[in-house]
Amino acid sequence: MNVLVYLIPAALGLGLLGLFAFLWALRSGQYSDVEGAALRVLSDDDIDRTPTH
Amino acid sequence: MNEAVDLSLYARPSGDGTLGMDLAVEGIACGACIGRIESAVKRLPGVTEARLNYTNRRLHVDWTDGALQPAQILRTLEEAGYHGYPFAPLRAEAEAAAQARRLTRCLAVAGFAAMNIMLLSVSVWAGNASDITPETRDFFHWASALIALPAAAYAGRPFFVSAWRSLRAGALNMDVPISLGVILALGLSVVETANHAKDAYYDSAIMLLFFLLVGRALDHAMRRKTRAVAGNLAALKAETAHRFSGDELVSVPVAALEAGDRLLVKAGERVPADGSVLSGSSEIDESLITGETARRKIAAGATIYAGSLNYSGALTMRVTAAECATLLDEIERLLEKAASAKSRTMRLADRAARFYAPMVHITAALTFIGWWLAGASLHDAVVTAIAVLIITCPCALALAIPAVQVVASGALFRAGVILNAGDAIERLGEADTVIFDKTGTLTLPEPRVIDTETIDADLLQMAARLALSSRHPLAQALTREAASHVPFDGASEEPGQGVHAVIGGVEARLGRAEFCGFAQTPRQISKADVSHIYFSYGKRCASFAVSQKLRPDAVEVVARLRARGLTLHILSGDRAAAVRPVAEALGIGRWLAEVKPAEKIAFVESLQRQGRRVLMVGDGLNDAPALAAASVSLSPIAAADVTQAQADAVFLGERLKPVLDAVAVARRAHRLMTENLIFAAIYNMIAVPVAIAGAITPLIAALAMSGSSMMVTLNALRGGKSA
Repeated sequence: MNVLVYLIPAALGLGLLGLFAFLWALRSGQYSDVEGAALRVLSDDDIDRTPTH
Repeated sequence: MNEAVDLSLYARPSGDGTLGMDLAVEGIACGACIGRIESAVKRLPGVTEARLNYTNRRLHVDWTDGALQPAQILRTLEEAGYHGYPFAPLRAEAEAAAQARRLTRCLAVAGFAAMNIMLLSVSVWAGNASDITPETRDFFHWASALIALPAAAYAGRPFFVSAWRSLRAGALNMDVPISLGVILALGLSVVETANHAKDAYYDSAIMLLFFLLVGRALDHAMRRKTRAVAGNLAALKAETAHRFSGDELVSVPVAALEAGDRLLVKAGERVPADGSVLSGSSEIDESLITGETARRKIAAGATIYAGSLNYSGALTMRVTAAECATLLDEIERLLEKAASAKSRTMRLADRAARFYAPMVHITAALTFIGWWLAGASLHDAVVTAIAVLIITCPCALALAIPAVQVVASGALFRAGVILNAGDAIERLGEADTVIFDKTGTLTLPEPRVIDTETIDADLLQMAARLALSSRHPLAQALTREAASHVPFDGASEEPGQGVHAVIGGVEARLGRAEFCGFAQTPRQISKADVSHIYFSYGKRCASFAVSQKLRPDAVEVVARLRARGLTLHILSGDRAAAVRPVAEALGIGRWLAEVKPAEKIAFVESLQRQGRRVLMVGDGLNDAPALAAASVSLSPIAAADVTQAQADAVFLGERLKPVLDAVAVARRAHRLMTENLIFAAIYNMIAVPVAIAGAITPLIAALAMSGSSMMVTLNALRGGKSA
């Protein structure tokens, strides 16, 4: 069962990574406009419309 | 008319030489509006950032100081087809946002810890049933402790802080048993782990925190949402005033007015602040303030109040400080008294908690003493007592009510009712008496033409289109009948007389009888409160009767409210002659006219002394104290600001139906809350004896906690159907 000694810290580390990712997202305002984000993705304004070929 | 607009009140420096402003934007219909608004505003010179928040319909704009007049942003929005209303975010709102972020962070930490500890705990439970070695189990327990202790220290703060505050104040709230349970469970678990025991309670403690935080976060999210909506409404209603600076007129937001300012109030506008008339004479409609629909003649020297409608002539006025206004003063004094009386009514959750918290402590203490006396070891007695504390901790209770509130407020929002107060739903669900104000509540807030059926349709349409060129209130009433909203070319208004235009080569006139060439006033409806406006088109002529009109579905809604077993009253500040026809049309037998604000409160209180729970529906300034005194209150969106601030909820639109929907949704929500509380009680009746008997293992505790939480949440979701 020695494998547990490094497998469990590894699992915890991954979990902590997810937690910090969430906290960062919260801090940077990713959740301040959840409805808008769903609609912004549909907008094509940022696409360069000049033909490339 | 090119009047300068001064919006400097709303522009705030955001560092590095830029100014920022927040606007509530009206007219956003779909996702495409985001791009349209942002790109239009970003094209303005000097704008460095424009970001629209679609969830709360707010636009934030930053621009380089001096490069741009803020009024230009409003004009750009206007050109793109939207209305922008600048506003300063309320301090309470910013605090609520910070609080919500704190709660979400706690929730995230508790969720992370609960998942990982559960992973370890399930391994231990499985291992205990099969062949785990004591060394591996200890390792798992220490790993759990490593996660649980810091996580609880961080995520438990909202509870610990509240419990500590409550204890210092010499009271017990629900957070005391929660904090005690969590701390004892964790402490015991560390001791057990050090003694190489088979079971530890890290998972119970952390899962408890997680579920409780979910309830808290839900509760908070709902209150924040209602506050944001209320903030937008306030911005939408914030009107501008025309202030003289020297000889020039500048349009400024009402919030920027100060005592001593000289203002111009044009005909058809609302008076923006309390003050005295310097010059000009007019008639003003004070129905929003007193409920009285007859107009008052005023001249220089008269005192006028914010919210009254200037009917006929332009007025110059001087703003006086609010404390000089005797009427507002009186109303504010009454408000304060009424509001303090209201805070005495307790929320359902608090009532349950007051009964529940001591019970939990006593049961746990008795369990410990009982086992101790029965000869159990100190260790066993403590473990059992803590198990009781954990199992009775009010997961279901803490989740049950917020979950129902969130779901019900969503249903209310769809029905056009916006909550101001989070606990309004339960008070609304208990209401058994409804008191209506008349003017603006049972009737439409603006007067309407009441004899449209008797007038030729083409003449009516022509008159209504011509009326678009006038600001006179009677003409404004006529415009609501217009099918086309394009004014006639070349229409011109003669102040105090009327408007005229040439339509298809024929002269058309709308206004006073003499102005339209009527020798004598023609056929009229002679009734109280009816004003007339006249129209001539060549040789054809007509007169329109303008008066207060009942909301279109008032009769039906009143009948259905009665069918639901509610007792209905009308309390109006208007004259009996004006109230009687409304009461008769609606079939409401209990009505009172010429009621003063203080008498409205007295009436509400006398009903409450009889054990009635009163829902007050009103819009006038004179209703505000009664709204605050009633158990629960509703206001139409057109209501006076002070009134709206007092109301527990605001309803939108011309119809009265939202009142009916609000009662229906709230009653269902109240039933669900009661069901959830009963469920929590049954759960305890089963679980507590098992815990007292000492038969609770960590596995059973985990199952019981998540099972009961899931049950109440699912039950709460049933409240989401529209009324």
